Parts: sequence; C-alpha cells; structure tokens
Amino acid sequence: MRRLVAIAGVALGLAAGLQASRGDERRSGATFMSPQTQALQADDAANPGMLSVADGQAQWSTPAGPNGTACTACHGDARDTMRGVAARYPAIDAVSGKAVDLMGRINLCRTRNMGAPALPAEGAELLGLAAYVGFQSRGLRIAPPTGAAMDAVRDAGRALYTRRQGQLDFSCAACHDDNWGRRLAAAPIPQAHPTGYPLYRLEWQATGSLQRRFRNCMTGVRAEPWPYGSDEAIALEAFLMDRARGMAVETPAVRP
Amino acid sequence: MPGSGRSRPKSLAEARRLVAALALLAAWPVAAAAETVPPGAVAVVGDGIPRPLTDRPGDPARGRAIVVDRQKGLCLLCHTGPFPEQRFPGTLAPDLAGAGSRWNEAQLRLRLVDGRLLNPDSIMPAYYRIDGFVRVARAFAGRPILEAQDVEDVVAFLATLREEPVKKESP
Ligand code: HEC
Ligand code: HEC
Repeated sequence: MRRLVAIAGVALGLAAGLQASRGDERRSGATFMSPQTQALQADDAANPGMLSVADGQAQWSTPAGPNGTACTACHGDARDTMRGVAARYPAIDAVSGKAVDLMGRINLCRTRNMGAPALPAEGAELLGLAAYVGFQSRGLRIAPPTGAAMDAVRDAGRALYTRRQGQLDFSCAACHDDNWGRRLAAAPIPQAHPTGYPLYRLEWQATGSLQRRFRNCMTGVRAEPWPYGSDEAIALEAFLMDRARGMAVETPAVRP
Repeated sequence: MPGSGRSRPKSLAEARRLVAALALLAAWPVAAAAETVPPGAVAVVGDGIPRPLTDRPGDPARGRAIVVDRQKGLCLLCHTGPFPEQRFPGTLAPDLAGAGSRWNEAQLRLRLVDGRLLNPDSIMPAYYRIDGFVRVARAFAGRPILEAQDVEDVVAFLATLREEPVKKESP
C-alpha cells in the first residue's frame, strides 16, 4: 500500500511538471501513460534510459580519431557546456547553412573536429551521446532558435505534418491534433510532443530516437518512412520542437 | 519433405519452374470464378455503388472475420462494434452496430470503397482505391487495402448488423 501511494505520488508530481500552464492544452506523452510507466520514468535508478545516459557519459571522455581527441578536449564538463543545448535543436549549422538535429551536430563534431567517422544512425553510441547531452537539458524549457532559415525548415515540417500519407491516407495531424486522447486500438493517442528523446520505449526494449518514432507512425499508416537524417525528418523534428516550445525537456523519457 | 512421397526439385531452374506453375495455379481460380470491377472503374450512383464489385455474392461470415482482423480489415483499430470477444477496439470512429439499418448495401459499398467521395475530411481509409496516395510503403504500393471479393464480403456482413447502436460516451 505504501508503495502504491509512493508510486501515485511520483506520478502526480511528474504529471504536474509535464502539464503545460493553464489555458494551454499541450501535454507531454508521459501524461497519457499508466502510473507504473510514469513512475519508471521518474525514478532514475529504475529508468532504463539512464543506461544510455551513462553510456554517453563514458564516451564523452573517450578519445576517438587520429589525434585521440575526446569531446572533453573542446567541451570540458558537459554539465556546464551542454546545459540547454538539446532544448534548441534542430538548428542551422553555420558551415553548411543547413538544419541539423542534435545527433547530426554530434556527428559533425566527429567528422569535422575529431577526424573520426560519423557514428551510425540509431546505434548505441550515437544514442548514448545524444541521451547524455539531452540529459543536461532535463527540466529546461524547449527554446528553438528563431530566424528566417529555421522558419523555412519548420514550414516544410508543418507541410509534412498536415499532409495525408500512406495507403491508409492519414496525416500526422489527423491523429495527434484532431484525435489525441482517443484510442487507436489499445493505445491512447498522445499529442506527439518530442520532449523526451532519445527515450526508452518498452515496445522497442531499447533506447531510440525521435526519427525512429516517426518510422513507427509512418509504417502504421503504410507509408514509406523517411531515411534517417533526411531533410524531411529534420524538418518534421524542427516543426515539432517549435510546436512544443516552452514545454519541459524529459530526456531520457520512457514510453510504452 | 521426407515421407511425403513427392520428389524434390533437382535443380534451381526446376524449382523456379515449379514456383511459377504454383503461382499460376493460385491466381487461376480467382480469375475464373469471379468477374471483377477493377479499382477506378467503380460506378458511383448518388451516394452509393449499386453494382457489386464481383459476381460472387458476399459471404457475411468471411466478412466478419475480415472486419475483426487487425492486419487485414483494420476496422477495430478505429471502430467499436458488436464484437464481444474483441478486446481494445479503437475510439476514433462511430460504432458499427446498426450499420445495416442506417445504410443499404450500395451505400455501405461506397463508404468502404472510397468514403472521401462523400466527406473529403473523413479519416476513413479508401479500401478499394489505388491512386491519389502519397508515399505508400513499397509492400502496399499499387494495390487496394482490400480485394474486390473482400469488400463484397464485408458489405454483406455489415448489412446484417441491424441492432441498435450502443450508446457510448465520447472519450
Ligand atoms: C493513426 C494515428 C497516428 C498517426 C497518423 C500518426 N501517429 Fe504518431 N502516434 C500514434 C500513437 C497511437 C502513438 C503512441 C504510441 C504508443 O504509445 O504505443 C504515437 C506516438 C507518436 C509520438 C511519440 C510522442 C511521445 O510522447 O514520445 C510522436 C513524436 C509521433 N507519434 C509523431 C507522429 C508523426 C510525426 C506522424 C506523421 C508522420 C504521426 N505520428 C502519425 C498514432 C498516430
Ligand atoms: C576539436 C574540438 C571539438 C571536439 C573534440 C568536439 N567538438 Fe563539439 N563543437 C566544437 C565546436 C567548435 C562547436 C561549435 C560549432 C562549430 O563551429 O562547429 C561544437 C559544437 C557542438 C555542439 C553544439 C553546441 C551548441 O551550443 O549548439 C554539440 C552538441 C557538440 N559539439 C557535441 C560534441 C560531442 C558529443 C563531441 C564528442 C563526440 C564533440 N562535440 C567533440 C568543437 C569540438
């Protein structure tokens, strides 16, 4: 009984932090989860996503590339230098002028600044680094960059979000704007706020990226998923982050 | 297969020929048994499609099986209905109970084939259309969600649903 009360307490506390302010209908995906899953996310000792964070922390100081450089060489202590960084990605990379997401940014440091090969998409190493960097923003508000270049990317993302796709001919908006809170078979439909990525999904039995989540929803409507790192996937990420502006980062979240 | 008495194909070429022959056989009875209206050639009259898509009458029992099959008919991902044995139906779309007293077969057929012709904003998928889609996954490209005979079976089943719809609170 006491355990139950404790779980409920944790869940309530979590829910309070994840509900946007009054008059704002936006809700984190966590608020649609069972109290048990909410408690799993809230307890760092039990949250399986914390394993990815620990993995990333170890890599942060591990040398790579011909000169044996580690992230620490240029970025020092991530707890200071990476605070708030994940809350403002995707952002424009000044060198190429193109939008990159957090994982793309990390791989740019590997290839440009360390002379090391890019890490494979959805591999444990890249997910770990992104989870560790993302963790430094936990509890901070999502604050995407302003500017015309990012606006253009977000507009492209919005167009993809509202376009019908796949053999079942659904737009993302048809589920996540028009029908959130209802159930698709057993699953409650959340509002698709990207507050917790990379996150541990129970169905995956693994940590995964926001782009992996897109693939799940795309294949669900029998649409051809976008390749990892494609302009379309980045644009959609940028649109969703802007749509969640001001909501709290939860990385590493847990989802069913 | 040991003990089956059938000789195994001796070469790859022979195996390929066997597969081709089997594929032909599998396709044969469908083509012979039913004259089929292809997607795109379906004639809409008023708010219905009066002419069945095949000349074989729909089988309501088979139709029910398709409706509750979450990989094939997909209906229960969104709809509730009079299916007491089915757990966790979706809550995105109207209850299917009483569908057969609300609509006649022609109306049901159009709502299944391409409901967007009636309501362009509907989320109800078009079950017997093959064009006008965006980024269809390779495995599903160029074919409708249901085959013509499946549509007829589902129409025949829905027409039998004459009960009062269950009053459900919206979630
Ligand atoms: C048919 C309805 C449907 C469509 C269409 C759909 N989704 Fe989803 N989506 C879901 C459901 C249901 C979940 C929750 C899955 C679960 O908990 O098992 C989900 C989860 C998500 C999440 C996870 C949110 C979180 O809290 O982590 C994101 C992000 C998302 N969808 C984005 C999208 C995008 C982008 C598209 C369009 C490409 C899309 N979805 C299309 C039903 C849909
Ligand atoms: C040789 C120096 C160097 C190394 C090593 C390095 N970076 Fe960077 N990193 C930079 C510089 C410089 C920037 C600023 C952007 C730019 O001009 O490329 C940057 C930017 C970033 C950013 C974006 C920060 C922001 O405020 O937008 C992230 C995240 C990042 N690096 C992660 C990493 C990770 C993870 C590693 C280790 C795998 C790493 N970096 C290794 C030099 C380095």
